[in-house]
Amino acid sequence: MFSVLSLSEFDIENTENRGGTRRDLEPAAKMNAIYNQPLHRYAVFTACCTFVLLIAGALVTSNDAGLSIPDWPLAYGSLTPPMVGGIRYEFTHRVIATCVGLLTIGLAAWLWRAEKRDWMRWLGLAALGGVIAQGILGGMTVRMFQPPPVSAAHATLAQLFFSTVVAIAVFTSSWWNGTFAEIDDPGKPRVRTLVVWTLAAVFLQLILGAAFRHKGFGIIPHLIGAVIVTILIFMTAGALKRRFADVSALRNCARYLHILIGVQLLLGGGAYWSRLYSARFPQPIPAMVALTVVHTVTGALVLAVTLVTALISYRMLKPAHVVVGSASASEQVAH
Amino acid sequence: MKKTRLGMYSLAIGAFALAITGCGGNKQESTDNTAAPAAGAPAGKTVDPATAGEVTGSVKLDGTAPKAKNINMAAEPACSKARTSPAMTEEVVTGDGGALANVVVYVKSGLEGYSFPAPAAAVTITQEGCQYHPHVIAMQVGQNIDVINKDQTTHNIHPIPKDNREWNESQPPGAAPIEKSFSREEIAIPVKCNVHPWMKAYMAVMPNPDFQVTDKDGKFDLKNLPPGTYTLVAWQELYGSSDPQTVTIGPKETKNVTFTFKAAAAAGD
Repeated sequence: MFSVLSLSEFDIENTENRGGTRRDLEPAAKMNAIYNQPLHRYAVFTACCTFVLLIAGALVTSNDAGLSIPDWPLAYGSLTPPMVGGIRYEFTHRVIATCVGLLTIGLAAWLWRAEKRDWMRWLGLAALGGVIAQGILGGMTVRMFQPPPVSAAHATLAQLFFSTVVAIAVFTSSWWNGTFAEIDDPGKPRVRTLVVWTLAAVFLQLILGAAFRHKGFGIIPHLIGAVIVTILIFMTAGALKRRFADVSALRNCARYLHILIGVQLLLGGGAYWSRLYSARFPQPIPAMVALTVVHTVTGALVLAVTLVTALISYRMLKPAHVVVGSASASEQVAH
Repeated sequence: MKKTRLGMYSLAIGAFALAITGCGGNKQESTDNTAAPAAGAPAGKTVDPATAGEVTGSVKLDGTAPKAKNINMAAEPACSKARTSPAMTEEVVTGDGGALANVVVYVKSGLEGYSFPAPAAAVTITQEGCQYHPHVIAMQVGQNIDVINKDQTTHNIHPIPKDNREWNESQPPGAAPIEKSFSREEIAIPVKCNVHPWMKAYMAVMPNPDFQVTDKDGKFDLKNLPPGTYTLVAWQELYGSSDPQTVTIGPKETKNVTFTFKAAAAAGD
C-alpha cells in the first residue's frame, strides 16, 4: 500500500491528456514551504502501525477472542495477563492499540504545533478524537459482551480512523504540497464525481461487512454491496485508465484499484466458503482465520486506495465549473 | 497562545488516558446468586411421595450420527499435555443401538401449581483437559452451579443466555470454584471459553426438578411425579427440541416414553 503513499511515484509526467489540452506539469520537487519531511514520515509510520492494528483486530474477531479477557482496561486485573490461547490475540491488540493511541497523540500535537493549514491541525485533533472514541468502543465491546451494534461500530470506526491517518499522510507529502497544473477531465461522469461515489460505497460496504462479521446482519446486504462496489470501482478505474493513461499518478490508482478489487472478491468468496465449511468444526480453523483476516484488511486497503485516488483526483483534476481546455488558472498550490 | 497550546495538549493526553484507563472499576456485574424464587414455582402444592409415579424411557437417534471431529490442541501445550486420549467434539454422542447422550428430557407442562424450591446442593461443571465435563448440564432455576478449573491453564467461562443475565469470568489454574445461578427458565444456554474457542457446553435451566440429561445409554427416569397428565420434551444441541409427548400417570404408576431424533434433521457434516 505504501507504494501508493510513497508519493514520489506520483510525479507527474509532462503529458498530453485525452482531452486534447497539452499541459506542462511541474515536477513534484517544486513544492512550497508547507512540506515537512519528518512530519510526513511520522504520519506514514502512524498509518503503517494503524494497518498492523487492523490486522491484530481482525485476528481477535476471527479467533473469537474478543472476550478472552473479561475485564477492561486492565487484563485479568493486571498489565501482564497469562499469554495463553485467545488472550494472546486480545492482549496484543490492546497493546498495539495503545501504541497507536500514543502515536496519534504525537501526530496531533505535531500537527497542531507545526502545521500552517488550520484544517490540518483540526484533522489531527479529529484523528485523536477518533482513536479515543475507538478505545472507548473497544472497552464497551468487552464490558457489554460484544453487542453487534457496538462491535460493528468499533470495526467501522477503525476503518474511519485508518482513512484519517492515511489522509494526513497524503496531505503532508511533498507531492501534495508541490506545485503543478490541473488537468481537464473531458469525460462524463467526471472522475471527481465517480470517485466520491465509489469511496462512499466502499465505506458502506465495510460497515456491512463488519455488521455481518459481528452477527448484526446476514450476508445478503454485504453481497449486494460487493456488486455495487465492484461496478463503481471498475467505472472509476476504467475512466482513469481511458482518460489519463499518460498521467502516472492516476494510472497507478486505476491499476491498484483493479488489482485490489479482484483480490478482494476472491478473498471474500474464500472467506465465506471457509466460514460455511468450518461452522461445525472445533474452532479456530486456521484456513478460515487466515482468509477472513486477509479479506478484512484487504477491505481496509481498498478503502485507503480509493481515498488516495479521490484525493489525487481532487488535487489534479479541474473541478466541473472550470471550462475544459481553459488556459487560465492551471497552476495550483496546495492549501 | 502558548497557554492555549499547553491546554490543548493536556486535554488531548487526558482524554486518551481516560480512554485507555477507563471510567470506572472493572468489577464484573454478573452474578445471579440473589436469584428470585423459581419462575413458574410460586408457593403451591408439594408432591406427595406416597402417590408419586415416574416416567422412564430412552432417547434414540434414527440414522447415522455425524462423525465426531478431532480437536487440535497442539497450540496449547497445557491442554494437549493434560489429555490422556484424543479430544473429540461432543455435538452428537451415541451409544449402543443409537442411544443418544447429552439430551435434556424434561417436563414442559403439567406441574403448574406445584412449588419446587431450588435444591441446596449445587451442580458442578469442570474444565479438565480443556473441555467441559459434563458437556450438557441441567439445573433448576435458582440452583447453584459451581464451575471448577482442573487445568493448568487459564479459562474464561462465558454463558450466552437469551433470557438470563450474561456473564463472563476468568478462572486461572487453582482458582476457587466460581459459584453462579440463573434466575429464569432457559433451554439451553450455550457456554464457551474465548481463550480456547473449541470449548463448548450447554446449561439447561429448568423450572421444576423433573428433568434429566441422558448418558450414553440414552435412558432417563423422571421420578416423584404426582398423578396427572404431563407434556414431555427432549432437547439436543444439534437437533433442537423434539415433538412434545403427552403422558398420563396414575398413583404410583410408571410409564415408558421413547424419543427419537432423526439424524437427517440437522445439516450433514
